[in-house]
Amino acid sequence: MSDINRLPAPFGRLIDRNQPVSFEFEGRTITGFKGDTIASALCANDQWMISRSFKYHRPRGVLTMAGQDANTLVQLAEEPNCLADKYPARNGLKVRAQNYFGSFDNDMARVVELVHRFLPVGFYYKTFNEKRNSWKFWEPIVRAMTGLGAIDPKADFHESYYDKQYLFADVAVIGGGPAGLAAARAAAEAGAEVILIEENAAVGGSLGYARFDAEGLRAPALLQELSPEGVKNLNIMTGAICSGVFSDNWIPVIKGNRFYKLRAKSIVVATGSIEQPAVFRNNDLPGVMMASAAQRLIRLYGVRPGRSAVILAANDDAYGAALDLIEAGVAVNAIADLRPTLSSSPLVAAVKARGIAVHAGHGVSEALYTRKSHISGAVIAPVSGEGALGAGGFNAPCDLILMSVGFSPAGQLLHHAGAKFGYCRDSHMFQPVSLPANVQAAGSVNNVYDLDAVIADGKRAGLAAAKDAGCQVGAIPAAPTERGHVGRTHPWPIFPHARGFDFVDFDEDLKYHDLINGIADGYDNVELLKRYSTVGMGPSQGRHSAVTSVRVVSRETGTDIANMNVTTQRPPYTPEKFGHLAGRVFDPERRTAMHHRHLELGAQMMPAGVWWRPAYYGAKSARSTVIAAEVKAVRENVGLIDVSTLGGLDVRGRDDDEFLNRMYTFSYTKQPVGRSRYVLMTDNSGVITDDGVACRFHDEHFYVTATTSGVDVVYRQMLFWNAQWRLDVDVANVTAALCGVNIAGPKSRAVLQKVCTDIDLSAEAFPYMGVKTGTVAGIPARLMRVGFVGELGYEIHVPAGYGEALWDALLEAGKPEGIKPFGVEAQRVLRLEKGHIIVSQDTDGLTNVWEADMPWALAKTKPFFVGGRSTEILAKTKLVRKLVGFTLKNAADPCPEECHLVLKGEEIVGRITSAVNSPSLGKVVGLAYVHADDAAPGSEFTIKVDGGRRITGVVTKYPFYDPENKRQEM
Amino acid sequence: MKVMNCPLNGPRNISEFAWGGEVKPMPDPASVDDKAWADWLFLENNEAGVVREWWCHVPTSFWFIAERNTVTDEILKTYPAGDVFNARVEFSKKAENK
Repeated sequence: MSDINRLPAPFGRLIDRNQPVSFEFEGRTITGFKGDTIASALCANDQWMISRSFKYHRPRGVLTMAGQDANTLVQLAEEPNCLADKYPARNGLKVRAQNYFGSFDNDMARVVELVHRFLPVGFYYKTFNEKRNSWKFWEPIVRAMTGLGAIDPKADFHESYYDKQYLFADVAVIGGGPAGLAAARAAAEAGAEVILIEENAAVGGSLGYARFDAEGLRAPALLQELSPEGVKNLNIMTGAICSGVFSDNWIPVIKGNRFYKLRAKSIVVATGSIEQPAVFRNNDLPGVMMASAAQRLIRLYGVRPGRSAVILAANDDAYGAALDLIEAGVAVNAIADLRPTLSSSPLVAAVKARGIAVHAGHGVSEALYTRKSHISGAVIAPVSGEGALGAGGFNAPCDLILMSVGFSPAGQLLHHAGAKFGYCRDSHMFQPVSLPANVQAAGSVNNVYDLDAVIADGKRAGLAAAKDAGCQVGAIPAAPTERGHVGRTHPWPIFPHARGFDFVDFDEDLKYHDLINGIADGYDNVELLKRYSTVGMGPSQGRHSAVTSVRVVSRETGTDIANMNVTTQRPPYTPEKFGHLAGRVFDPERRTAMHHRHLELGAQMMPAGVWWRPAYYGAKSARSTVIAAEVKAVRENVGLIDVSTLGGLDVRGRDDDEFLNRMYTFSYTKQPVGRSRYVLMTDNSGVITDDGVACRFHDEHFYVTATTSGVDVVYRQMLFWNAQWRLDVDVANVTAALCGVNIAGPKSRAVLQKVCTDIDLSAEAFPYMGVKTGTVAGIPARLMRVGFVGELGYEIHVPAGYGEALWDALLEAGKPEGIKPFGVEAQRVLRLEKGHIIVSQDTDGLTNVWEADMPWALAKTKPFFVGGRSTEILAKTKLVRKLVGFTLKNAADPCPEECHLVLKGEEIVGRITSAVNSPSLGKVVGLAYVHADDAAPGSEFTIKVDGGRRITGVVTKYPFYDPENKRQEM
Repeated sequence: MKVMNCPLNGPRNISEFAWGGEVKPMPDPASVDDKAWADWLFLENNEAGVVREWWCHVPTSFWFIAERNTVTDEILKTYPAGDVFNARVEFSKKAENK
């Protein structure tokens, strides 16, 4: 058996011994069970060294077994920096250690620690601030030496599926330990919908691994008693990490590849506390770990954490751990208790009854080793003062040193929520002193440690949270008075050693004297010292170094620690992958009612805002000839285009004309029923924002069209203004309710007549700019004679559900005439030949009525329209550019493209907004902004086209095609 | 993400809303001089304290008024525009010399 440290059941609550797994670590085969983490399986196989450290490449092993430290970061084939004490062991994994050169066991770079004196604190600052050029020398060395794991761009990456889900709860309880379980049950029983979020695979927290009584019976009993299974209104998420708390309890929760966005009316933070290390020489080597880490190995994974142990104690929890070690068959050689007198706890008595040597008033000054990959003993010495160990030390052989000297609240999420923390002199720990609204803290994160008090505190917090969420609850019990927080944490478990390697920060390889030197360099504030020395800036984000830093700065600067705080903790609590943040891509797209007909006809579809529209009907290879043929069909025969994407707004009410007067530049008061009129919208600063036509179907009903991309903003603006004006109108956005086509060309009337028998389509009865309602192929329709493409034509708008029927009927009716569907590209050519502008293509965010040369669209006499006052002011300012029609002076020159520059001398004065080689006219026509002085017809201007070539444009009156508009008015 | 209480739709994520600027009375366009018009148009007060603003619930295009404290980032109350704008607005005729 290779897993020689595996303990028999009932040790190992989380592993399933019926499901063995095997994976590779540094080429060695490791066997374990389902439920193991990589680290627990490695420990079971007696592989204690798991990775090497960031700077000195020192061997590192298990520290917390809770995913809280950077000691166990390993490299997987596809993923660097995986927490080995968190990552599930799986068949076939290929795991490697990080931060070593050559071989893992004989890292060539471990010699760095021999020269550690030459890598002082603030190395980067000292080296590169004055001698910036030296970075060139140092960069490759620094980059190769440091930087944790590596991404292999050649690895066989396969796409992973990530997504997101919204969740809602009355109460979210974060942390499933005894406090969280009690809170969740209390809130659920009070009628709140509760979600309990637990980071680990199973709820229970310390109940799952710690020992609260000599017999070891309380924890398992409570685990049963508090079990959330089957509790009404209580949903449990295990293996889920809450990575932050944001405004109004907006909580990201990561579980597997899913990113939940949870909104809770109130939350209970029951995240517990993080056991803190002691500082002594070689406190970082494999074999030195938190007492709770050893208990997790034993109880959760059934792994014996060593063969013989020394325990560095400062609280009674250490004695619970000692009893666990004995039960697991580990010889406890000695307990060095920093306290001068032992407590009267039954746990202490039970340990003493087993004949264990307990040394009160003693500490550990140094971990010993023969090979650095694992410790071989501890030096125990009497405490002679704060942070000092005196003479009379002795060696105790061991392969395991447990640290049980105190805790610090896992207060990150409370920090995110805006809680304030302060130092509690009684417990020597920071504690929350003020909480934001709808946030509760419970259990050890709230400085409550006695198990009965923790459960009472959880109940209190759960009921308070349910009340915050609006549930009817009775009186909220007071916070427990006997909190058991005193005597858990030693105020100074810091024993610097004359020969160093007394680590404060394991992630960043910072020793006690690095902090002292940083303070001596002038960085005597914890926030400054953090940035200068990088203490707390590694992957574990100060979980084990922040409090020590505060204590050291406090003492070195003579500042009362009660006036200090740990450095600010910001989200995320744990790293979030890009996949989690990106999730699935949702690009909403809209399709018209005739979409499938276009596809059947071989259309090339193109995006228009969120819509898809047919660009042209035919093969991509024949693009230009297909478009030219479509243009020809409209000019000479008859064509059909889907215009459903056009915005449509129904404006109804007694004030409909007055409302349009105020929203648009023209006047609508005298517009007769049965006629349409152009609409041009400006914003309050006089900039053109949209256009369309207003069709009056009734005295109290206008149907107003808007551009495809502009209609939503137009609709919103209409409602914004009428929220203030209080005119008697109702505005409805019917863009999606209606679909439409434009049948255009000299033969359009002949075709339409066949399917539209209840309307007199003659030029006299239904003239240009006329509008009528009737039926087309039996479908109720709104018909408008418009001239966008410059030919006789009818826009027919029908309820969207009839789209395909309308399309089919018109194509069928037009067969004898050879009707041809045309797309957006042909329409662009046709409208440009007529010189119709497209708002937002031929205008931009600054174009006003004067620049667009559209003063004809301004009503002269009405008192007000949005943008009118600014348009008046703009009339008095000198125009710098003007939109003009143009052709090219030299017919052989290439057709310019949109946004090619217009120059006056060398100065940029404008740009081409639209240009096309017109099939109908046989020449290039377009629209452009030119200098206002060059805007008269016949003026010439310079266009800079591709490759920097300059060609000459000539300002030309438009419409270019059919200037008298005879064709559209037939 | 903050939650805002829409008077029509109830509490919704702030990402569903669009800001519409401060609620400030428009000067009479028929009589205001150019400079005062430009000031009204382009200058916001940016008050550190309680402000009254237009907000729009985008999915429903519902405009309402919100009062919020820009110092504490608290939304104090929201109410329909009709609570303030409760009478039909008329515009006076322009002066003849325009």
